[in-house]
Amino acid sequence: MKRLLAIVLLAGAAQAQPIPDTLEQRLLACAACHGKHGEGLEANEYYPRIAGKPAGYLYNQLVNFRERRRESSPSMSFMVAYLSDAYLREIAEHYAALPPAYPPPARRPTAEVLARGETLMTKGDPVRKIPPCTACHGEALTGMQPAIPGLVGLDAQYIAAQMGAWRNRLRRAQEPDCMASIAGLLGPGDVAAVSAWLASRPASLHAAPLPAGSLKLPMDCGGV
Amino acid sequence: MRGLALVAALVLALVLVYQLGERPEETPPPAPASAESAERGHYLVRAANCVSCHTARGGEPYAGGRAIATPFGTLYSSNLTPDPETGIGRWSADDLWRALHEGKSRDGDLLYPAFPYPHYTRMRRADADAMFAYLRTLRPVRNANRPHEMRFPYDKRPLLAGWRALYFDQGSFKEDPGRSRQWNRGAYLVEVLGHCSACHGEHGGPMPMQSWYAPSLAPARESGLGAWEVGEIVELLKTGVAPRGAVFGPMAEVVRDSLQHLTTEDLTAMAVYLKSRQGDGNPDAGGATVSDPQRAQMMKEGAAIYRDRCAGCHQENGEGVPRAYPPLAGNRAILMRNPVNAIRITLNGGFPPSTQGNPRPFGMPPFAHQLSDREVAAVVTYIRGAWGNAGAAVSPAEVASGRGVPLD
Repeated sequence: MKRLLAIVLLAGAAQAQPIPDTLEQRLLACAACHGKHGEGLEANEYYPRIAGKPAGYLYNQLVNFRERRRESSPSMSFMVAYLSDAYLREIAEHYAALPPAYPPPARRPTAEVLARGETLMTKGDPVRKIPPCTACHGEALTGMQPAIPGLVGLDAQYIAAQMGAWRNRLRRAQEPDCMASIAGLLGPGDVAAVSAWLASRPASLHAAPLPAGSLKLPMDCGGV
Repeated sequence: MRGLALVAALVLALVLVYQLGERPEETPPPAPASAESAERGHYLVRAANCVSCHTARGGEPYAGGRAIATPFGTLYSSNLTPDPETGIGRWSADDLWRALHEGKSRDGDLLYPAFPYPHYTRMRRADADAMFAYLRTLRPVRNANRPHEMRFPYDKRPLLAGWRALYFDQGSFKEDPGRSRQWNRGAYLVEVLGHCSACHGEHGGPMPMQSWYAPSLAPARESGLGAWEVGEIVELLKTGVAPRGAVFGPMAEVVRDSLQHLTTEDLTAMAVYLKSRQGDGNPDAGGATVSDPQRAQMMKEGAAIYRDRCAGCHQENGEGVPRAYPPLAGNRAILMRNPVNAIRITLNGGFPPSTQGNPRPFGMPPFAHQLSDREVAAVVTYIRGAWGNAGAAVSPAEVASGRGVPLD
């Protein structure tokens, strides 16, 4: 083993390293969602700030993800699945020591966010193959008989929670699970935009689901 | 395919089950347990990687309860700690030998072959006894075995007799006198204790219910190690990373729980054996589901994404950074006809395991939330086609089916 290590070290020394050997470099995998400095992704629902949180808390969460006590993110569980306690402790301490870049206090959604939500809801995003919500839930978002629910009047946080549950396979339906597919295509900020716009819509008193068969659905859904 | 085989085997079983007598076998009496044999047993238990399957997520080591999803239902691993009520506290060395060698439980039930007794059957009796001696030293954990949840008719254990008639060859390990001691040691570790071919079949294949592809280890195929130096293979198995590649997913678990604990001598024997095996020289051809003009367009788009997202670590020329970021140029793990591993790692990222030799691995970011199916298809097509790589293009549809798969 010693000889092996010596070979490893020699090989390492002989080659100019094009990357710095820092913890930050080792943890670029984390930066993809939580930011290079653990600041979280701005305007995003599921990738929280981790900088400046207490090291013990962060360590416990990493271990809980690994041991599947915390099951809310299969992606996090997979990330840390094969990492040791010692490395997880070091990662936790790294982020705990970074200054907590608090975002500005929550404001009402900007016109820009609302417009993005409206576009996604009514036009979808053909490039990302996201159908408009209205294609199945109806122009007035009142749903369709017998199995598509209306969306008007739903609370923004409820919508965001359901989207997260679909993405993480905590909420499941008959295959093909079309809402899980759609939730998986939404990018950072999409869910916040959609749920903000939806929550801003007035609900009509006559918000009844459309009759069965009034819409031609753009995708197969096992539950419909 | 395996499913069909199993169904056929079960039908056959109806005919065969009452005709086939399992031949009784003379077994030598077990060697008396000693501290020395328990210590040797610990090493062997690690070489056989009992702990990975016999430990639930977040559970006590060896206390069982891990769910093992199969196409026929879910199996739950059993408690190997010496608790008399729920573990193997009342087992004798003969009982363990019968399980390993004959694939039968203490009560005579036929065992499901998710427990790799088709490999363990050729274990030496002295090794099985040493493993038993080690298991006796574990702290007894009270954890009742959870009943399997197999669908009909797979829940009928006697029907396993049919499967056994077709696929189970009870036997013992025969050394090849024409080969070196080292080679024979490697063969025993790879084929019997390590049960590598339980996943890495001769022709490679998808891992059941896991959305990973386990490549063939035959030298000239897929991830075949024929072109690797023995030292590089040893380093990969010992530390999880090597100049030409890194282990991810289920293989990361095998390295963490089993291989990193083996001696360099044993790992060298495994490498020598793996390199020596015969395999036909058919690396991976074709499989393209994308037309040539489409492929050219995807290569162009993929190159731009690669420069933007990947080159910072894997380098413009695809050579990577040894032991931190695997090379992509010439990396056979990403060139296999079945592209699920390359797609999956691009979507979900991950870390190689923490090992004594590489305790703080470098990670790969997930891109599922940043790149569309088309973009992932383009960049995977690019890494399979750039720098002299000759892997087939992948389609957005293949990427789409790689999203939302169970990550465990």
